[in-house]
Amino acid sequence: MGKAVLKRLGLLLGTLLLVSALAFAAFSVIPGDPTGAVLGMEATDEQIAAFRAQQGLDLPVWQRYLSWLAAFLGGDFGQSYKYDMTVAQLVAPKVGATLTLAAIAFVLILLISLPLGLTAARRPGGLVDRAVTVLTQITMSVPNFVMGIGLMYLFALVLRWFQPEYIPPEQGLWPHLRFMAFPALAVALPKSAMTVKLLRGSILGELGQDYIRTAYSKGNSRGSALRRHVLRNAMIPVVTFLAMAIGDIMAGSIVVEQVFGVPGLGRVLISSINNRDYPVVQAIVVLLAAAVVGCNFLADLLYRAMDPRIERT
Amino acid sequence: MMLDVRDLSVVFTDRGAPFAAVDGFSLQMDRGEVVGIVGESGSGKSMTAHALMGLIRRSQVSVAGRALFEGIDLLSLSREELRYYQGRELSIIFQEPMTSLNPTMRIGRQVEESLRIHEKGLSPAQRRARALDAMALAGLSDPEGLYRQYPHQLSGGMRQRVMIAAALVLRPRLLIADEPTTALDVTIQAQILDTLKDINRKEGVAILFISHDLGVVKALCGRVVVMKQGRIVESGPVDQVFYHPREEYTKLLLSSRPARKKLKGGQADG
Amino acid sequence: MRQKNWYLTIGTILTACMLAFTVLGLFWTPYAPSAMSAAARSAPPSPAHLFGCDAYGRDIFSRTLEGAGSTLTIALAVLAVGAACGLAVGALCGYYGGPADALIMRLCDAVAAFPSVLLALVVLALTGPGKYNVIGALGVLFIPSFARLVRGEYLKYRERDFVRSARLMGVGSLRIIFVHILPNIWPTLLSGLAIGFNNAVLAEASMSYLGIGVTPTEPSLGYMLKDAQGSLFTLPWCTAFPAAVVILLILGVGLVGEGIRERMGVAS
Repeated sequence: MGKAVLKRLGLLLGTLLLVSALAFAAFSVIPGDPTGAVLGMEATDEQIAAFRAQQGLDLPVWQRYLSWLAAFLGGDFGQSYKYDMTVAQLVAPKVGATLTLAAIAFVLILLISLPLGLTAARRPGGLVDRAVTVLTQITMSVPNFVMGIGLMYLFALVLRWFQPEYIPPEQGLWPHLRFMAFPALAVALPKSAMTVKLLRGSILGELGQDYIRTAYSKGNSRGSALRRHVLRNAMIPVVTFLAMAIGDIMAGSIVVEQVFGVPGLGRVLISSINNRDYPVVQAIVVLLAAAVVGCNFLADLLYRAMDPRIERT
Repeated sequence: MMLDVRDLSVVFTDRGAPFAAVDGFSLQMDRGEVVGIVGESGSGKSMTAHALMGLIRRSQVSVAGRALFEGIDLLSLSREELRYYQGRELSIIFQEPMTSLNPTMRIGRQVEESLRIHEKGLSPAQRRARALDAMALAGLSDPEGLYRQYPHQLSGGMRQRVMIAAALVLRPRLLIADEPTTALDVTIQAQILDTLKDINRKEGVAILFISHDLGVVKALCGRVVVMKQGRIVESGPVDQVFYHPREEYTKLLLSSRPARKKLKGGQADG
Repeated sequence: MRQKNWYLTIGTILTACMLAFTVLGLFWTPYAPSAMSAAARSAPPSPAHLFGCDAYGRDIFSRTLEGAGSTLTIALAVLAVGAACGLAVGALCGYYGGPADALIMRLCDAVAAFPSVLLALVVLALTGPGKYNVIGALGVLFIPSFARLVRGEYLKYRERDFVRSARLMGVGSLRIIFVHILPNIWPTLLSGLAIGFNNAVLAEASMSYLGIGVTPTEPSLGYMLKDAQGSLFTLPWCTAFPAAVVILLILGVGLVGEGIRERMGVAS
């Protein structure tokens, strides 16, 4: 399988390079010279020249891109326009919260959708199946920030399961995770609904295949036919879907952070956009893009491992 | 007598008026016998096979009559009791070798699956040995090499041989072959028929061979049953039915056979 | 078709109701949406104020009507831009194929791999907020998914017999693309439009909720939800009604899309 993986790896690097170039063009070229914005109207010519030399703005675009890229790869994301901090200093402490949120959400999606999908497919048209179908259709229609507001109302006010105030990990890992479970649930629920629907359809589709009849003829029970034969085949499209969903989960996390007041990448991104603090926006976008592309690459490997029909040469 | 089917009927009740796919089917088979069922599509021949194998979902269909297998009525068994027989005493191979194998499971695992279900005590090495043995019996020339391959890497004829190997791994008393060669081209068809004949001779496995092609049945079977619209219209020794058909329908089946599919017994394995 | 298509039935009824509601909001509201009334401050739902009032005494029903109208307009405009361009790109790529097709589809794949909300936020970071900027950003970002959908269909149809015979009879390519093939892909396109509409509503609401969508003076359900969140526990109706409208709008159109797919016998 080496050759195909290498090809995908090349594609991955190409995509990342493209993304970085686009991000550089969007935030370092199109907005024009940041000198005025940073130094203000009263800057002297010497100050301006010094700033431009320090930022490398007097070099040609491609040189600026390469040096920016080299610095970026070395972990130097530049200087914030707004604050007297490097972008890395500004962004690094926020990455954890967003990653935690997205990771919990991903786990929740699996925990919710796999059992529900299996149960619904067990008796198609039955009571459970119909209830699940109606629920998923409605849940899919709730934007995740609305879901977050709803969960906040239900669990913080009505049930009083948590205080609507962020608990940082320094106050204890368990309370932190417990709090994060609620925003994660808001991200996870609509995606889980889609996954349940896909998984149910996929299982039912596989159950109708000829090889399931063969499995029964060998003496498999419905349960063992599901375990031995259906599950792996039915999971192939689900894995693809979940891989594509990782980007949405990240985006969802960033939106839902605002509902629950989680100080993650979302908050920095929003305030940086409002402040036109482009180096920060640029760094966050490139990092998120790299995360999404990387996850899709891993999912592609998994997909190849699961489906032997994919060319391995 | 190994198999004694009396008055088998399969009636679909799930859509509107009840529809009898099989109506009053009876058949007796001895151990090691090879019997054919012939009929055009929709004649109920495959439905009969599936009913005997317990592959019909009983919620949508009512199955009546008796099917005594070694004195036990298969039709009266619960699903769980029936599973004891499926794959151990009775096996089936299907028309579509392309889709009847699990695309994401290695050949070896599919062949030895019945062992996993019915003989739980076996070690992996024992299972493997018996799977390789069954694959050789089914006429696969490189069992070790095929053991770790996937179905899409095999030709149609080889896939059908894998199906045969999987069906025979526990040496059942009865193998039901539901149009096993229809999807294959003519030369492969002849080779598979020879393999089935060998298996019958060497292992004493009885074969219930289902086909729409009376010529194919003649090459393999001693007796034949002709079905039309769920009922038996004619039965008897294959030569008698082939050369002196009594029913118009049988003559029609004979005349609709394309001449190129002429297959004589004892054809060389190529 | 033996079984009733519940998705289509319920979806159509729901969508018709929501459309009537939003279109009403474009022309008439019981109160001026931004008029504050000291007497009605924090009023719960009542016959005079169906959805209640916020802390400034603004009528939530009127504001929801206006916001829904605005959301609908934006979503339709996004859809118009995305679907029209996507249709053109997808049809040409699918019908002609070749290296240009391969290149464009690579690009579409790359764009489609990222969540449109995030990309739109980035675009708005450069252009600044505003209704037309939202429409432009989302519209452009929706092109790839439509293009891919349409391209797949054209790929399927370009070698069909009726297309070949039209070609032999000397029918022009553009005429084949838009007159001969297009009517065949309507069902696919419609279900794609339903999904696109919902994504547009979702994206617009999310962006406005984050404060990087339309400007604060423009009406928007997303902004209403953002404003209402501070008083979620004391004035829940300020959140509940706009949220319900967003959900029902998406649910109705989603059901219609599902119904179309079911009628075509295609899995989603």
